[in-house]
Amino acid sequence: MDFLAPTSWAEALETKAAHPDALPVAGGTDVMVELNFDHRRPAALLDLNRVPDLQEWSRTDDGRIRLGAGVTYSRVIAELGGTLPGLAMAARTVGSPQIRNRGTVGGNLGAASPAGDSHPALLAAFAEVEIASLRGTRVVPVAEFFTGVKRSVLEPDELIAAVRTTPPAGPQQFCKIGTRNAMVIAVSAFGFALHPDRREVGTGIGSAAPTPRPAPAAAAFLAGELEAAGLWESRGPLPENLATDFGRRVRDAAAPIDDVRGSAAYRLHALSVMARRAATWAWDSYRDENRSAA
Amino acid sequence: MTSTETRTAGRLGDSPLRPDGTLKVTGEFAYSSDLWHDDMVWGVTLRSPHPHARIRSIDVTDALRVPGVSAVLTAADVPGENAVGLEHLDTPALADRVVRYQGEPVALVAADHPETARRAAKRIVVDYEALPAVTDPRRALDADAPLVHASHEDNLVRAMKVRRGDPAPTAPVVVALDFEVGMQDQAFLGPESGLAVPDGEGGVDLYVATQWLHVDQSQVCRVLGLPPERVRLTLAGVGGAFGGREDLSMHVHACLLALHTGKPVKMSYARDESFFGHVHRHPAWLRYEFGASDEGELIYAKADILFDGGAYASSTGAVVGNGGTLGLGPYRIPSVHVDARGVYTNNPPCGAMRGFGCVQAAFAHEALMDELADRVGVDRVEIRARNGMREGDLNITGQVIDSAAPVAELIRTVRDLPLPAPRAEDPDIRELPGGASNTTHGEGVVRGIGYAVTYKNVGFSEGFDDYSTARVRLEAVAGEPVATVHTAAAEVGQGLITLEQQICRTELGVDQVVVHPKDTGVGSGGSTSASRQTYVTGGAVKAACEAVRTTVLRRAAASLQRTDLRLEGDKIVAESGEVVAGLVEVLEEPVEETVEWRHRPTSPIDPETGQGNAHVQYAFSAHRAVVDVDVELGLVKVVALDTAQDVGRALNPDAVVGQIQGGSAQGMGLALMEEIVVTDGHVKNPSFTDYLIPTILDMPPMQVKVLEYADPHAPYGVRGVGEPPTISSGPAVAAAVRAATGKALRRVPIRPEHITF
Repeated sequence: MDFLAPTSWAEALETKAAHPDALPVAGGTDVMVELNFDHRRPAALLDLNRVPDLQEWSRTDDGRIRLGAGVTYSRVIAELGGTLPGLAMAARTVGSPQIRNRGTVGGNLGAASPAGDSHPALLAAFAEVEIASLRGTRVVPVAEFFTGVKRSVLEPDELIAAVRTTPPAGPQQFCKIGTRNAMVIAVSAFGFALHPDRREVGTGIGSAAPTPRPAPAAAAFLAGELEAAGLWESRGPLPENLATDFGRRVRDAAAPIDDVRGSAAYRLHALSVMARRAATWAWDSYRDENRSAA
Repeated sequence: MTSTETRTAGRLGDSPLRPDGTLKVTGEFAYSSDLWHDDMVWGVTLRSPHPHARIRSIDVTDALRVPGVSAVLTAADVPGENAVGLEHLDTPALADRVVRYQGEPVALVAADHPETARRAAKRIVVDYEALPAVTDPRRALDADAPLVHASHEDNLVRAMKVRRGDPAPTAPVVVALDFEVGMQDQAFLGPESGLAVPDGEGGVDLYVATQWLHVDQSQVCRVLGLPPERVRLTLAGVGGAFGGREDLSMHVHACLLALHTGKPVKMSYARDESFFGHVHRHPAWLRYEFGASDEGELIYAKADILFDGGAYASSTGAVVGNGGTLGLGPYRIPSVHVDARGVYTNNPPCGAMRGFGCVQAAFAHEALMDELADRVGVDRVEIRARNGMREGDLNITGQVIDSAAPVAELIRTVRDLPLPAPRAEDPDIRELPGGASNTTHGEGVVRGIGYAVTYKNVGFSEGFDDYSTARVRLEAVAGEPVATVHTAAAEVGQGLITLEQQICRTELGVDQVVVHPKDTGVGSGGSTSASRQTYVTGGAVKAACEAVRTTVLRRAAASLQRTDLRLEGDKIVAESGEVVAGLVEVLEEPVEETVEWRHRPTSPIDPETGQGNAHVQYAFSAHRAVVDVDVELGLVKVVALDTAQDVGRALNPDAVVGQIQGGSAQGMGLALMEEIVVTDGHVKNPSFTDYLIPTILDMPPMQVKVLEYADPHAPYGVRGVGEPPTISSGPAVAAAVRAATGKALRRVPIRPEHITF
């Protein structure tokens, strides 16, 4: 097995083009486990941990956040906890401190696991993935990034450069079910974001379908009901039955399986509860913002 | 009177720093997986993918062609008898014509690199013919069940009956339940590993992580066809055991490869292989019935307990013995009817794990005791106190409990410990069910409290010749007295090395105590299991020290012409406290004594009635668990897990508390998360990704109340400590979850969906 270790982004793209079957390592918290268990034997490893550009995050001229694919969960928590609250909440549920020091959002996307912790938060935030190759750069909405279990739109010569997202105009939430209270792979997970500027709701479902996926019908339903009741302006309380109904519609967007981590029925039930609670918490924060602003 | 103030630190009753503690915390401790020899090759194991299959043929040609491979071995290469096993020699070292569980070793490869060996193993062609498998132990004794061992009449490993009192009892209050306990794993962190070094003369030295060197040695010798003097074992650094290292793993395999290649062979299982490399805790199906008076006083108890032993017997017989003799808990019960059985299936073999036989039963009898309490309207603590054993009682096998049996005190003690504060108004989410995963901010969270009490036998039972050997040498080294203690008793992390030093310091009054490496160069120390080493090897070291001291004092009496002497602070001290000589002055010749020490004998039980003095000592503990349950999501946060335990005498108080904390965590793990999921004979979660053990966030701080009622029959009054906490913690947690949810929850581990549906 070849070990390729570019030290610049240009070199990384050249290397990937020359070795399209090389498996990128961005942290390695998934890849190394798979190698240790002999689940995977790539022809080559492409170590991206030495590419400085990937480890930067910045505000672009249009006010958006560009999060390099190599930024670790620990740094997301420490440096972007206030800016990207949903992603930071998801990052806090990842593994142990050691894993969070090593694992990256870009690596999580690259692995494209339906259980990846970042994905529901990125989906809810309407984030985009910046993908690059020697052929150029393209930007794909996270909702269109995943194509199957551990599969994505990445072409063999492409690498993930960054995640682009807009700093949220409203509150975000992330919840994850595990059968212990830390260091656990999601049985199911849910990301939620209020976008009051767009009068929209963002959703993301994890570990309850072949890919991470949004719940667009549930999101449109909730946004529509909020609009119809004038709640975006009035910031009145979220009716309990509306939250419950939203939870049910999120559940209906999932397509989970039974496995050793949990049953499909439980995953569906848990999603409906998480979606109801997350929406309520986010809405309560939205109301509080108004109060503290007043 | 001026007594010498040279009392040595690190005596009994102190808690000296353990020699391995800092090394383990800093990552510098040398575990068996760290063993290295410059000339070594690596051994790997090819395992069966089938739960039950006939091996039509094995073709190793392609594997042997891989450059770097030095040996490929199958059952045909076993020089001696291809049979090992703790109770029955029913386990082939390498599968011979049939495999009986997924993961059974079939062939071995040695190569100059572990990856080369693994690749070569994949080139071994095994032609299997799948056979019908018995995977539901409840069907294992059916007349039409396939036989796991064709030479047996049926799939029964052991059946035990216990009958006492009225054979047809009746009672005004009757409660009953069925309970199921899943398959727990020891989940030790140090994988099975070791190094076998051929001696060039046909013998071998094996360095290995294990629990009982001598029982390993005898099994390895049988397979190799060698006498014990040619197969020498030394204990390597052990990364946890909990019963999972009582059976052989890579021991024979590494020796076979070493003798075949003439090179040192290292084997070290990966994490997934480890789940197939050792036995697990027996899953159990339990049916219980209690008859009681209107006041809740037990009149009779019936139990039917089925243990899934898996493909090979391992310790199943002893587990059945414990389930049968101890499975009704620490209660006074006039009439008793217990049937316990262990069966063969084509599931993973099950054997020893901390608290065996009692762990499973306690979930059932404690759940039923709560049910009885509620039925008769008696407090759940008081019903246990009221029915609890007392010193002088007869237990269900008719044995007199002839030392402390403080059941009532233990359960009332945990009840009276301060309760945790109520949930805060605006708590940190890490204090809530779901923890950092942010699933509740208080919604759906209900608090519950549960209690449980247990008792467990200490040491080996039912007439087993349970002994330990200690050699103690006292000599002058560079002008200082030094004691050396040599036993073969395995240190698996419990602290025996420190304890052996404490005993020597106390008995011989010396400061410097060297612990000789644990090896087969001295007689057997018996197994590091059944909470027995402090009692039995501690007893042997004490006796050997006493013999050494007698000789030393005889010498001193002869040279000093007085007999009022004792050893203290490296000196010989008179009754008055006056130092009359240095200890080294009588050590011109070293003094060495070897003692084989036995506890009081036990006896087999009557096969028809189950009556007899089956056990040497009983240890009692109680737990109180406080849990917060998100009843809507089925997630649990254990808020408090407090305990009281009688340890007889705490020879090393910190080590005692450490055992109690660890054991409690392991019991809690079984109640809430730890299960090897087996479907149709296949293990579904052989990894720490999906076999979950509690983290620091799952384990609450504990209040530990240690009682010290010395057992007059035991050395220093000690009582085994390691197992009881594992037994009573889980049922207390399960009871607390029942209290919070109002659900019956007759199965552990309790999964979220058991609570929500």
